[in-house]
Amino acid sequence: MWYYEKKLQYPVRVRECNPRLAKFLIEQYGGADGELAAALRYLNQRYSIPDKVIGLLTDIGTEEFAHLEMIATMVYKLTKDATPEQMKEAGLGAHYVNHDNALFYENASGTPWTASYIQAKGDPIADIYEDIAAEEKARATYQWIINMSDDPELNDGLKYLREREVVHSQRFREAAEILKEERGKKVYF
Amino acid sequence: MFTQRKFYTPYVSPTDPCPPIRIKSYETPPQLYLGFQPPCLPQYATAKEALYRGTLWPALYSPYESPYKRGDTGE
Ligand SMILES: [Fe+2]
Repeated sequence: MWYYEKKLQYPVRVRECNPRLAKFLIEQYGGADGELAAALRYLNQRYSIPDKVIGLLTDIGTEEFAHLEMIATMVYKLTKDATPEQMKEAGLGAHYVNHDNALFYENASGTPWTASYIQAKGDPIADIYEDIAAEEKARATYQWIINMSDDPELNDGLKYLREREVVHSQRFREAAEILKEERGKKVYF
Repeated sequence: MFTQRKFYTPYVSPTDPCPPIRIKSYETPPQLYLGFQPPCLPQYATAKEALYRGTLWPALYSPYESPYKRGDTGE
């Protein structure tokens, strides 16, 4: 089970109403390498992986939900007072027709989130390597969004999220080493 | 030398409905350990054997048998 803390993991500030940027950012909300996919991927893999790495998947999967909340806040701030006209100019006309200014789990081109974005192969090595790849892809996505954004306050939050992907990748690489270790060589108390 | 199959003991609840498998296994094939392949690794003696194995180098050969068939997942 989870406890909820009613605050963001890192403060989110947005300087200007910019629905165009929201359209790009939604990739990290409902895209293949976004935060929703990450959280669901890790939490679901926990059941069929050696005990030594279950805790890591719980911790990182939980943190991904905290990131999802930050992205949601960014998208919300960027679009909440945008007029239908502004939404249309930002390439969000189709989104507006379907959802008004509501958030939706979709990628930057409007494709709804699908479970086929994530994997649970059951093979611990395959699953952990998928997680490492997912973290690197999320890091890259943040880079490309930062490259297209000229909002320094929003970029501050995005750089924080990018750094967390770096840390997660490192932890999953350590998990791979744990899975590779010979049993019986080291005794843990 | 590393082993190509690792074993672990998952948590077993006293109320599990199926008879629990107490020791489970997963594969850790050689490419996880080799790093950048060093030059001049020993090769199989004959081309025929290399073709049969799917690799020139014994160091990269990963035999696979079902863990259920070999009976080595039991206690
Ligand atoms: Fe992550």
